Amino acid sequence: MISKSWQQRLLTLPPLGYLLVLFAIPTLIMLFASFRYTGEYGGLAPWYAYKDGGLTLELTLENWQRLFETDIYLRLFVKSIGYAVFTTLLCILLGYPLALMIARSPRKHRDLLLLLVILPFWSNFLVRIYAWMILLSPNGAVTQLINSIRDVFGLAPVSLMYSASAVIICLVYVHLPFMVLPLYANLEKHSSALLDAAQDLGANRWRRFWNITWPLSLPGVYAGSILVFIPVLGMFAIPDLLGGTDGVMIANVIKQQFVESRDWPFGSVLSMVLTAAAVLVVLLGAKFGRQGGR
Amino acid sequence: MFKLLEIKDVSRNFAGFTALDKVSLAIAAGEFFTLLGPSGCGKTTLLRLIAGFDQPDGGDILLDGKSIIATPPERRPLHTIFQNYALFPHMTVADNVAFPLRMVGCNKAEIERRVSAALKDVSLPDKAGHYPDALSGGQKQRIAIARALVNRPRLLLLDEPLSALDAKLREQMQLELIKLQKEIGITFVYVTHDQGEALALSHRIAVMNHGAIAQVDEPSRLYGFPRSRFVADFIGHCNLLAGKVMQLQGDRVLVELAGLGAVQVMMPPDVTVEVGSACTLTLRPEKINISSSLSQDEVQAHFKGVVHDMLYLGDVTVYKVELVNGMLVEALLANSSPGRARFFEVGDQVEVAWLSDAGHLVMD
Ligand SMILES: Nc1ncnc2c1ncn2[C@@H]1O[C@H](COP(=O)(O)OP(=O)(O)OP(=O)(O)O)[C@@H](O)[C@H]1O
Ligand SMILES: [Mg+2]
Repeated sequence: MISKSWQQRLLTLPPLGYLLVLFAIPTLIMLFASFRYTGEYGGLAPWYAYKDGGLTLELTLENWQRLFETDIYLRLFVKSIGYAVFTTLLCILLGYPLALMIARSPRKHRDLLLLLVILPFWSNFLVRIYAWMILLSPNGAVTQLINSIRDVFGLAPVSLMYSASAVIICLVYVHLPFMVLPLYANLEKHSSALLDAAQDLGANRWRRFWNITWPLSLPGVYAGSILVFIPVLGMFAIPDLLGGTDGVMIANVIKQQFVESRDWPFGSVLSMVLTAAAVLVVLLGAKFGRQGGR
Repeated sequence: MFKLLEIKDVSRNFAGFTALDKVSLAIAAGEFFTLLGPSGCGKTTLLRLIAGFDQPDGGDILLDGKSIIATPPERRPLHTIFQNYALFPHMTVADNVAFPLRMVGCNKAEIERRVSAALKDVSLPDKAGHYPDALSGGQKQRIAIARALVNRPRLLLLDEPLSALDAKLREQMQLELIKLQKEIGITFVYVTHDQGEALALSHRIAVMNHGAIAQVDEPSRLYGFPRSRFVADFIGHCNLLAGKVMQLQGDRVLVELAGLGAVQVMMPPDVTVEVGSACTLTLRPEKINISSSLSQDEVQAHFKGVVHDMLYLGDVTVYKVELVNGMLVEALLANSSPGRARFFEVGDQVEVAWLSDAGHLVMD
């Protein structure tokens, strides 16, 4: 008995090791940095000093106070979470029908369809964003299409570039496969016997979906949402390139603190809050996903 | 007989393969009707057509005299028990059973009342809050039955519902099915390839072969009066002795068995027997007697043979006896029978005999 539980504990060591090295230690370093002073030329100042012949700690709460001095940062957090939620919802809305269609298509077509879903990964991320910059530019195909439709309804033309819409469009485009793949993996396993049984017991198409397919797919929805939500929350490249002033997200400010302002302690404060927000969402999602997937 | 379900000349082809060939059946209300046949004979295909998951290529299916061909499965007043139960894994037992009631918009109180009644029917009232994965195979089976019966369908279709259970549990479930069907009086159409199960459960059985109905009859008639070699062979064990009709003698027929000689057989009912035509004498092993001394009884057909093989089964012993023409016949002797002086051994010379009304004649 004892030796068995020892073995089990040994088995959990490698994943724990990964978590420790790749997540816990960096996070603790970041947390520590958030209490330090900025160095003379940016970066971090030493966290201890010899003064009056003794060793003193050079730590401060100033960086955290700064977070709450204005509401700029908190608003930016709320806005970014809003973007992430909206992007995730759009990905579910667009990705679910696609995943369902692939899962229900003849087995011989499925691999090809999945290949098409991940095809965008074969080209560089930045290249794809630049492509969207062209599409969304005033003379770009997407902008022109939208404006010609608006024209039919007598609406004034809009500019998409450097706006929140451009950011959301690209966020959805980039993250859609991360929603489709876990959803497909889940939906593909559903047995058609359950749908037959539901139909036999009086459920029409609509009810079969909402009573059987949807609840059984919630773990997939949850997994896909995590895979979309977390990276979107930390995304800075897309708002940087397409967002203008309108589409700035919190990660842009974090990047700015580390790169341009070289204010590492305050950057660390913002990063900690972002990490905390992400962990919170994952925990909430896990709870919801477990209940739903029952 | 009031015909609840009528199947008229129903055919179904899969890419050139005829799975069902002009099948016609009439099933009465309250009947326990079984479709019996070897694997691949089209039982499931027929059941899926009745349930509405598949459309026939020809013919019609009538329920209460009205065609249901155009009605989608969810609106047919009948339910199916699937072989793997198909319980919804994300719903509790109570929610599973409540499902058909929800689909027709029953109110909460009504649902609660009927679900607990249905669970009581299958003697699992304390499992309401459990999830299906916490149930045993037999319990899942019963929940599937409760779910299918909760809104009192006109017809229950069961596709080999007991095949996944072990022998003991299967027997118990068979008894429960008979009892349940009798109590609630719903018509059952039951599919199986297990002839023992079919004989035990059914009021009537349709024996199928290669997508066609071979014979529809009550179990005892099917066993005692098969219409064809196939049915005789498929239902229970049977000795099949090829022969030729020699002479008609009122209610008897004189049949020449190849290499053995002439025997008298009862005239089979509802069959035209012509002199000179080929026929098969079907003889159940339990109707054949073997003894060591030569019998002089004139009404009996008797032949000499040698015990070729024997199988002791506890309650009975099966002997395979080689007749003078080289043919093997199987005889079943109850080990409790009063005159049993001794067992025969392999190689023993024996006398094989049967009464003239023991055999049943089928025409080839
Ligand atoms: N969708 C289909 N496409 C092609 N052939 C089919 C299809 N469904 C059934 N068949 C064929 O029709 C025949 C009858 O099948 P069916 O499933 O009705 O047999 P069954 O009597 O239920 O046999 P079992 O006892 O093995 O379940 C089989 O030969 C099967 O291969
Ligand atoms: Mg079958």
